[in-house]
Amino acid sequence: MSAAIVTEGLSKSYRIGELQGAYGTLRDSLSGAAHRLVRRDRRQHFEEIWALRGVSFEVAEGAVLGVIGRNGAGKSTLLKILTRITTPTEGRAEIRGRVGSLLEVGTGFHPELTGRENVFLNGSVLGMKQREIVRKFPEIVEFAGVERFIDTPVKRYSSGMSVRLAFAVAAHLEPEILLVDEVLAVGDAEFQRRCLGRMEDLGRSGRTILFVSHQLQAVAQLCDRVLWLDNGEIVGDGPSTGVVAAYLQAGHGTGSSKEWSDVAAAPGNEVVRLRSVKVVQGGVEAAAVDVRLPVGIEIGFRVLESGTQLFPKIKVVDQRGTVAFNAMDTSDRWAVPAGPGEYVSTAWIPGNLLNEGFTSVQVAVCSLSAPKLKHHVSVNDAVAFHVQDPGEGASARGAFTGQWQGVVRPLLEWTTEER
Amino acid sequence: MSTRSADALHRFLHQGLGSGVARELLGSPRSSGLASIDRVIQSDVETHDGAAVVEPVPQAEPIERFVVIRPAPRWPHLDLRELWQYRELLWRLAWRDVAVRYKQTSIGVLWAILQPFLTMVVFTLVFGRFANFPSNDVPYPVFVFSALLPWTYFATSVALSGTSLVSNRALVTKVYFPRVLLPLAGVIVPIVDFMLALIVLLGMMVWFDVWPSLAIVLSPLFLFMAFVCALGVALFLSAVNVRYRDVPYAIPFLMQIWLYVSGVVYAISSLPEKWQWVLALNPMTAVISGFQWGFLGTAAPDLGKTLVSVAATGVFFVVGLWYFRRSEPRFADAI
Repeated sequence: MSAAIVTEGLSKSYRIGELQGAYGTLRDSLSGAAHRLVRRDRRQHFEEIWALRGVSFEVAEGAVLGVIGRNGAGKSTLLKILTRITTPTEGRAEIRGRVGSLLEVGTGFHPELTGRENVFLNGSVLGMKQREIVRKFPEIVEFAGVERFIDTPVKRYSSGMSVRLAFAVAAHLEPEILLVDEVLAVGDAEFQRRCLGRMEDLGRSGRTILFVSHQLQAVAQLCDRVLWLDNGEIVGDGPSTGVVAAYLQAGHGTGSSKEWSDVAAAPGNEVVRLRSVKVVQGGVEAAAVDVRLPVGIEIGFRVLESGTQLFPKIKVVDQRGTVAFNAMDTSDRWAVPAGPGEYVSTAWIPGNLLNEGFTSVQVAVCSLSAPKLKHHVSVNDAVAFHVQDPGEGASARGAFTGQWQGVVRPLLEWTTEER
Repeated sequence: MSTRSADALHRFLHQGLGSGVARELLGSPRSSGLASIDRVIQSDVETHDGAAVVEPVPQAEPIERFVVIRPAPRWPHLDLRELWQYRELLWRLAWRDVAVRYKQTSIGVLWAILQPFLTMVVFTLVFGRFANFPSNDVPYPVFVFSALLPWTYFATSVALSGTSLVSNRALVTKVYFPRVLLPLAGVIVPIVDFMLALIVLLGMMVWFDVWPSLAIVLSPLFLFMAFVCALGVALFLSAVNVRYRDVPYAIPFLMQIWLYVSGVVYAISSLPEKWQWVLALNPMTAVISGFQWGFLGTAAPDLGKTLVSVAATGVFFVVGLWYFRRSEPRFADAI
């Protein structure tokens, strides 16, 4: 089996300031050019940012490759190079087969032209031959369901109609290689479903697919193999479950434990300083936790000065950045000011409360100075963990194996009476 | 394609989207469009199973089967083979601009005639009557109109083509094609206007009893010179426009000055010899006098000066193209 995509040391650098190029003035640029002429030195004056650096990989024909990474990790730059929208600074890539991407849906649509005219224009823009468009025209129109309005200017279409027509053209491009950037996906839910549906069709038909996504669950399920980019470099490449797990462990730079050995440098003030934070389940540190079991957030801190009525607090945030809840220890334990010394408090998040996915925890030690809460120390994203449902039942999802929306997914008690 | 991933795709869609949606997407009787896609794909699957990949339906060769992506060359060149492969897109882009040009205007293509015609009337009154500018013994209205035709073509081309990259921003940032197509389409589109106005010129020639010379057969060559010159200028300006949005403001001003050094409102031949040589550096002087030579039967342009203009055209084109190709790799990033 031959490779559909081969890249060798693909790199792309941007000069700082170039991204704001449109706002630069001609004068700046002229004086810059004069400087360069005088010094005969072109490179030194620009600080370069590598959006992509030394990326080498191979995608076999018919494989489905996922690409994950934080925002700005270089995922979109990679796609832009592979679609030839921009050129690499170094390295090379070989692509065998026609490339299609769902980024280009509707590109080149002109509102003044009729539906028919736009199909031909858009088809040409996407790289279809005239004959090919003529051949597929009836199918495209049928797919879009705009037969009656095909000779009406597109500006008179409802937005739904024009999106359908645009998508119909893109869907009939029949690329051998499909690049999908979920981050850039546009349109309403219906449209996105269509895109995914089309992707599935293509996947079944042996197309090579490069799938860029933030939905790790989708990536893990869709892809055979996953490429993990960070700072423009490949930091993980392998079977999807392993790479996704490693990515989650790295968890946006947040692990499942953190320690500050030097008290003087630890976060805090003259009253209290943090020593350690750890995620525990079943007595051991855990990066991935079972949704059904309680999760402990173990907070170690040192009180340096007595006289303040302190108590520990956590804030739990889900993967979208939504605050799930705040919780603090309101027990009598902290009713009197704690004396100097080392303390370790553990907050127990009950099982079957959090939803699946990445969860990050802000840790704080506070005192109450009514009506405000005074944070003596507070660390965002102190620890993070991944909640998983092994799908063995006894969770809120029961035997259902699909996605369950919501920040929390409590296991409720239900009562039913027969009347 | 491993069956594992195919199954996973299937599962994902069913689970992730809810079964109702998935059913709709995956072939309920209502979604006839998708069913038809399935058919198309099925025919492709078979070709993928075989050792050799064969197109399911005989068709024109695809634009790209195997592409090597590498850094932009240090010394840019024009890939003519690729341009030829993309010729259909060039016509589409040009056709789009022609089709859209006078949409939703009340008099439509009449503008193509009215613009040079009204300019001719004004110039005739101001320069012909009051200022009494020299016109090579041809009635001033015909003289100025025959000059305005290639001039309007040139000015419109530069204006349209010089901003073509930015006005097609959506294309540049989303799809690959040789970027040269955009300015190229921009200098093709105004040919339509030119042809329409040419009919008016022929009418005026009959009215004023002015007859063409044999040199009329050379006029396409002079027009080609205007085409190449406009393209060179527009390639440069469109590439500059990607980074500096000053270009749309500068073009009208540039064209206004350029008009007065092109011999539109006066006959170049009436200037001192020394200045004629200087102005020969402006290709439009040769274009206009060559055009008038053919259509109005005026004196043949001087060969030496024409050659200077031809050389200048070459320089304009090469410099414009070189700058364009050099800036091209960064278009999508900077636009």
